Amino acid sequence: MGLLSSKNKSILFNPLAKENPITVQMLGVCSALAVTSKLEPSIVMAASVIAVISIANVVISLLRNTIPSRIRIIVQLVVVAALVSVINEVLKAFAYDVSKQLSVFIGLIITNCIVMGRLEAFALGNKPWPAFLDGLGNGAGYGIILIIVGFFRELLGSGTLFGYQVIPDKLYELGYENNGLMILPPMALIVVACIIWVQRARNKSLQEEK
Amino acid sequence: MKFLRNYLNKIKPNFEEGGKFHAFHSVFDGFESFLFVPNNTSSSGTHIHDAIDSKRTMSIVVLALVPCLLFGMYNTGFQHYLAIGQTPGFWTIFLYGLLAVLPLVLVSYIVGLGIEFIVAQWKGHEIQEGFLVSGMLIPLIVPIDTPLWMVGLATAFAVIFAKEVFGGTGFNIWNVALIARAFLFFAYPSKMSGEEVFVRTDSTFGIGDGKVIDAFSGATPLGQVGSEGVPLITNTIGDTLSYWDMFIGLIPGSIGETSKLCILLGAIILLITGIANWRTMLSVFAGGFLTAFLFSELGLTSISALEHILLGGFAFGAVFMSTDPVTSPRTQFGKYIFGFLIGFFAICVRVLNPGYPEGMMLAILFMNSFAPLIDYYVVNANINRRLKRAKLNAMKGGVE
Repeated sequence: MGLLSSKNKSILFNPLAKENPITVQMLGVCSALAVTSKLEPSIVMAASVIAVISIANVVISLLRNTIPSRIRIIVQLVVVAALVSVINEVLKAFAYDVSKQLSVFIGLIITNCIVMGRLEAFALGNKPWPAFLDGLGNGAGYGIILIIVGFFRELLGSGTLFGYQVIPDKLYELGYENNGLMILPPMALIVVACIIWVQRARNKSLQEEK
Repeated sequence: MKFLRNYLNKIKPNFEEGGKFHAFHSVFDGFESFLFVPNNTSSSGTHIHDAIDSKRTMSIVVLALVPCLLFGMYNTGFQHYLAIGQTPGFWTIFLYGLLAVLPLVLVSYIVGLGIEFIVAQWKGHEIQEGFLVSGMLIPLIVPIDTPLWMVGLATAFAVIFAKEVFGGTGFNIWNVALIARAFLFFAYPSKMSGEEVFVRTDSTFGIGDGKVIDAFSGATPLGQVGSEGVPLITNTIGDTLSYWDMFIGLIPGSIGETSKLCILLGAIILLITGIANWRTMLSVFAGGFLTAFLFSELGLTSISALEHILLGGFAFGAVFMSTDPVTSPRTQFGKYIFGFLIGFFAICVRVLNPGYPEGMMLAILFMNSFAPLIDYYVVNANINRRLKRAKLNAMKGGVE
């Protein structure tokens, strides 16, 4: 089996759209609401989750034959918690501002349903390489949504991207104002809903039968 | 009337299957059923029809809103000329208000009905009439200086996300007009509260130029209550307001909410025609009054219970918004609970949250969410009571 056989390809790419953890499986929505008011923390959060989920998948996949099934959840938690602690320390060392913005939500990656879900559903039953791809794909599927939501919320809510003003001053002089609702969490829910709306409208297989 | 009917009959074939303008049949249907009650009846099953259909219902609500709208226009002009210290004649004042308010009404209707038409066309069903009322309510519950594009955006947001995604008229969980206002309130707080927005001090279409007098302050009565240490509620130039002034409504505030007299007129129209339910209306006032009375006895609020009822959007919300048949409970007993809690929460927000001078909008939206739950428990209690009675009767029957 090649490194990117068709099966592995679907493992990697399906979670990006057709089996997207947020918009299709409805997992990990809470953190998607909490950290996406700006683009930068969204990207950092996305990268952190991708790192945690793909490394954890590989580790659990390597250990899968030695973990007694009765304590597997605890083992998974230990692995994830260790990785999250490492990520947290790295962020504190190299991106202190963002780490402060994300505050508790980096720690809460441990409880992210997507991470535990992939470990349970995939890593425990597959070899390390497919498990890595699965983690990468699901992390990226989560990350894409976070970045899209973060983009629109920062653009419409603060008029900036990465902290730089992108809405021209002229528009403000004409009476344009930033939409304060975009900064508030409810709007993240509505933006995610819009993404789901667009995705289901385009993809017939996701539509429920009437 | 006859002429109109004949004309509609003449052009009707164009919109039917195979006609030239078949694509626009939903638009035609919308207009036709707006002008005339459709003369077809249900063909299968047993139905109970009210003599008055929903388009006629909506028209009566719009009619009941007209006094508030006209008074709102006059008051807009009145506040403006008060602020610039001029006293022109009645018609000048009214014309100024008309020119200031009309664009808001137009934007609200054009955006809202535009979306309704597009959705009806897209889904191939008749145009729904729900927006007739919402489109009139939206301009009446915003400050006069709300920019038009914001009103348009909020209307579009409310119609799409509060109504169409739930399935259109009759399926919405929250009052559509209040969602529009809530959107504005949270998205653009600087345009929805404070001292700058409730009185227009600039000229409108070249009318009413003038310099604002020094004594002017645009704070609404409730805004003054919110800020600490204000002993007496005054109008914009510092005259103390009596209960009578608050009732008549020549005070700053959102366009349609100031005059309790006109709201009373609207309430009478709605109650006589049976469109609005008196239980909801009564219990909102009861809940609000009792809560305000309690708070003022406890010394938490500086104004009396009656002033709480007379000021801000309380009466407007009670008469026109809480009675919305779609978003209030269906059960009669449920309406009492629903209304009472609206009044209670509205006053709670006003008194206990210093950041929000007015709480009616939040209270109604909050209770809208609970309306189905209230219904559920009222219906269940009813079922249980009857079951008990049936059991008792059966037992008695067994003994005899």
